Amino acid sequence: MLRKVTVWAAALGVLGALAVTPVIAATTHEEPAKVHWSFEGPFGTFDQQQLQRGLKVYREVCSACHSMNLVSFQALGDPGGPFFEAKYKKSSENPYVKAFAKDFQIDDVDTDTGDKIKRPGTPADHFPAPFANEYAAKASNGGAIPPDMSLLAKAREGGPAYIYSIVSAEGYKAPPAGLTLTPGQHYNIYMPGDLSGAWTGDPNKVPIGGVIAMPPPLADNKVTYDDGTKATQDQEAKDVAAFLYWAAEPKQDQRKQIGLAVMIYLLVFTGLLYAVYRKVWKNESH
Amino acid sequence: MSGQSTYEPKSAITRWMDKRLPVSRLVWDSFVDYPTPRNLNYWWTFGGILSLCLGVQIITGIILAMHYQVGPGAFASVEHIMRDVNYGWMIRYIHANGASMFFVAVYVHMLRGLYYGSYKAPREVLWLLGCVIYLLMMATAFMGYVLPWGQMSFWGAKVITNLFGALPLVGKPITIWLWGGYAVDYPTLNRFFSLHYLLPFMIAGVVILHIWALHVAGQNNPTGVEPKSKADTVAFTPYATVKDGFAMSLFLIMFALFVFYLPNALGHADNYTEANPLKTPPHIVPEWYFLPFYAILRAIPDKLTGVLAMFGAIACLFALPWLDTSKVKSMRYRPQAKLYFVIFIVACVVLGFCGAHAPDDQVIPGLSAFQLLDSNINSFVWLSRIAALYYFAYFLVITPLLGLRETPLAVPESIAAPALSHPAE
Repeated sequence: MLRKVTVWAAALGVLGALAVTPVIAATTHEEPAKVHWSFEGPFGTFDQQQLQRGLKVYREVCSACHSMNLVSFQALGDPGGPFFEAKYKKSSENPYVKAFAKDFQIDDVDTDTGDKIKRPGTPADHFPAPFANEYAAKASNGGAIPPDMSLLAKAREGGPAYIYSIVSAEGYKAPPAGLTLTPGQHYNIYMPGDLSGAWTGDPNKVPIGGVIAMPPPLADNKVTYDDGTKATQDQEAKDVAAFLYWAAEPKQDQRKQIGLAVMIYLLVFTGLLYAVYRKVWKNESH
Repeated sequence: MSGQSTYEPKSAITRWMDKRLPVSRLVWDSFVDYPTPRNLNYWWTFGGILSLCLGVQIITGIILAMHYQVGPGAFASVEHIMRDVNYGWMIRYIHANGASMFFVAVYVHMLRGLYYGSYKAPREVLWLLGCVIYLLMMATAFMGYVLPWGQMSFWGAKVITNLFGALPLVGKPITIWLWGGYAVDYPTLNRFFSLHYLLPFMIAGVVILHIWALHVAGQNNPTGVEPKSKADTVAFTPYATVKDGFAMSLFLIMFALFVFYLPNALGHADNYTEANPLKTPPHIVPEWYFLPFYAILRAIPDKLTGVLAMFGAIACLFALPWLDTSKVKSMRYRPQAKLYFVIFIVACVVLGFCGAHAPDDQVIPGLSAFQLLDSNINSFVWLSRIAALYYFAYFLVITPLLGLRETPLAVPESIAAPALSHPAE
């Protein structure tokens, strides 16, 4: 039996190794900073206070340029979300969600006249985009389209730690002498990219990192937190990264909760099956 | 092994049914009374695990198809499943990771067959049907990966369909035919969705043939010696069912670990960005289960030859029953073959690693080596050339020659002989 367990363990090990191997290593940029997240590990869950702070940063800073098309207001009140409260069974009935949604003006059509109108948001609406279309987004941002933020934390290697690193005080640096940036470009050591084209110095010492069109978005006291937390740039960066991870994977808490029950069930079931197996084969040589 | 049926209908209804459509008899003969070699080890449980995988993929896939939209809304509809459909995230994560689990199981199953000579007479057709299933699985997985319409979906589809363009004369018309136009676009997505729904049922059909062929020839076993008497076998139920069940349950633990705790570990971050035909990702890589073939493709500078080599790598599997000249089935009694087999597995894993890296990346970082032909010797492209060479040599040179030249160890008289040396507890 022990040998068989070893075989299984080896199989699991190989898969695990596959899963964690950073597959592509060609880009030269700083590895994202290590950040402690409340949602780390098999039992980690979102920190609701942090999500509320992160939502505030998104709303007051990021949403000026970044859309979040896939996220609905009522998702904010779902289990694990920033506005979740157990007493409101339906998140669409959550007063925080309703009040939050009402502050947004949503494009609609007047069904009596057919005219285009704006109306206050409802929980079923999604976050409205800051630009009418991607051409408008491009024109307002020097040719670069600010990426939609709904899935950003899953669409980048490094996830929330990467987002934190980019917007933290450690990310943006003054370009080293010899690096020529065009107007509207900023140097960030965590940005993946290849700077050899813009580098006039020693070709063996091309600086790491890349260029990003977004100017440094965060600074100390960029927002005022409702819960009294001091709004340092580092705090804002962590909070918005955590919030964006929630936005990308809102069912994470539920997933881990169900996962725990599934694992316990499977372990007990497997144990029982092993006992049955031993019993059935007891009198048979093999 | 289809001997005399021992099924006896017990009730009036089953007797009536047995004269008209003997379904119960078929099930009884195939999955209860069916004699299985008593010495099967855990490597033999992967057939059952694979049918479980197919079932899981079909069931979750049917549910996903109820919510998925083909066309410009494809990407958003997958996120609708993840966010708004009840337990949609679970169904999608099971389906997406299920594809990887399916390939883990099929690779173990195939390597089992290679090691114990399960492709040799009288099981050649059984093996060929298995190869057909594997081909269908690859096509299904590839088209399934396109459906979320992320960046890797789109660019993966573009790279793979463009391979057919390398064929002389027919290449261009074939790609246009595959695309349903002049580029990978929604018409391509639409037909891929249709085929992705169809192929699993074709797989299920070939699986039935595969099991039929298995039940005609009987299972191979770790000794490679065919069962000779009743002492060599046990009834499928309860002996094999309980062992398969235990192994399936262990497999499900690994499966659940990925679904609930590492759901995106086997995927690529870029696929969470919607497809953009104007923006090429810095590195286009297929899913892990295709990486060895991708490495073979890129090992050869000429596109057409590369494509042919890639398909040739799979063709080798089809030809294997006629390439192996050994009289002994199981490598348990072929010490030399065992060694070459281990190197073969290493070569496959190395090819996988090469497929994941850019061809010109250094294998040993910082080590400067010399240039050989088009690339530095310390690059993944050269490593993949060496590994690919071994891959083909294993099938085309080592396997045929070794069977003629080696001196195998003594093979036991019967299954029961060595099995009884591990007496009942």
